[in-house]
Amino acid sequence: MVAIRIIPCLDVKDGRVVKGKRFADLRDAGDPVEKASKYYKDGADELFFLDISATDEGRKTMLEVVKKISRRVFIPLAVGGGIGSVEDVRNALAAGADKVAMTTAALKNPELIKDCAETFGSQCITVSIDAKRIDGSWRAFINGGKVDSGRDAIEWAKEAVSLGAGELLLNSIDMDGTQEGYDIELIRKISEAVSAPVIASGGAGSPEHILEAIKDGRADAVLAASILHYDTYTIPQIKEYLSANGVLVRP
Amino acid sequence: MDYMDDTDNIMVGIVDYGAGNTGSVSRAIGFLGGRYKIVRERSDLYDVDKLILPGVGSFGKAVERMKENELYDEISRWIKSNKPLLGICLGMQLLFEGSDESPDAEGFSLFKGRCSKFDAKKVPLIGWGSIELKRDSKLFKDVPDGSFFYFLHSYYAPSVETDALLATNSYGVEYCCAAFKGSIFGVQFHPEKSGEVGLKVIGNWMEV
Repeated sequence: MVAIRIIPCLDVKDGRVVKGKRFADLRDAGDPVEKASKYYKDGADELFFLDISATDEGRKTMLEVVKKISRRVFIPLAVGGGIGSVEDVRNALAAGADKVAMTTAALKNPELIKDCAETFGSQCITVSIDAKRIDGSWRAFINGGKVDSGRDAIEWAKEAVSLGAGELLLNSIDMDGTQEGYDIELIRKISEAVSAPVIASGGAGSPEHILEAIKDGRADAVLAASILHYDTYTIPQIKEYLSANGVLVRP
Repeated sequence: MDYMDDTDNIMVGIVDYGAGNTGSVSRAIGFLGGRYKIVRERSDLYDVDKLILPGVGSFGKAVERMKENELYDEISRWIKSNKPLLGICLGMQLLFEGSDESPDAEGFSLFKGRCSKFDAKKVPLIGWGSIELKRDSKLFKDVPDGSFFYFLHSYYAPSVETDALLATNSYGVEYCCAAFKGSIFGVQFHPEKSGEVGLKVIGNWMEV
């Protein structure tokens, strides 16, 4: 039996954890090494690090942080933000990441997914989709949620998996940081459309939201940031709630 | 680490076959206070006491890379001489005869049979599985039955003889996720990514 994964997401900028709302209005949320160590002790099933500075310097700083964390935290570590080449993936893995998430570069150059999957294996390639509702469907956005790529998010999800993505991370731009709940419909539509596991992201504000993403959205894992960073809930509290509602979690 | 006292002088070699993620395994060994080196070619093996075959990438690519670096025959001999080895994930699958992932590539054939792909709704299997221990062993000493380990794979090992089977996991099908023969162990999960209980397994292996 495989447990549902609870994945704290650390948005990193200039060596600090930050968190915004709808991809904007950033505020400081603490030291990444401290936060990662705490989540590890609390039973996080995996950790996600997203460099949101979107500069070479920023990414280097984040990889230094990941390197430190990987020496004391023995669960899977994923890295994203500005990954645009096979070389970037290699650097991230060398720094201690187990997998990488790609958003903009994958959409602009889908062959990159294939190249990376062939070189490192699908298991370490997560394609991250920043989706926004427009006229009753979802559009995939790029450049940190600023630019509409024009691609339908569901179609893009299918293509990404067919090219070798081992997992999809679905971010709802509409719900990001609102703590009002995940975009369940988006998650469910994509989860049912692809054979790869999907991670729900954007909007978690309570354990009930997380349960919804799993039961109604059919997510295989959930990403959570604001809800954890500001101690609204702890990982053990969330897991206890899920367990009481029939979801298998790692104690 | 207190449980590492009598393994101070052991040199663990971690086989690097290109895309293989040697980093996380070496950090785990380092964290436990063990000595390790990365094995890239034949000559790296001279002072190695125990070998880890980590696993990332495809079956065929791993075999190809080991052959290119003249490591394949050396490791094959290592296994035939029953020297201590731990295969992790793909490294465990390589201990079998072959895999449907790469039909032409030949594994080390310590165990019989071929690895096949999961017939499940979601592949790869990514996540923490609660394993069922099938017998007492040094590898799982002080590890409770039902403990969760981190799995990440699309292909799984065939069943092994009862006296070689250490543990199973279930993903649509119940399959062998830990096996041993003599001094050779294989685990399908990633102990280096399985938190405290995973470190325990690595520590146990270093003491075997």
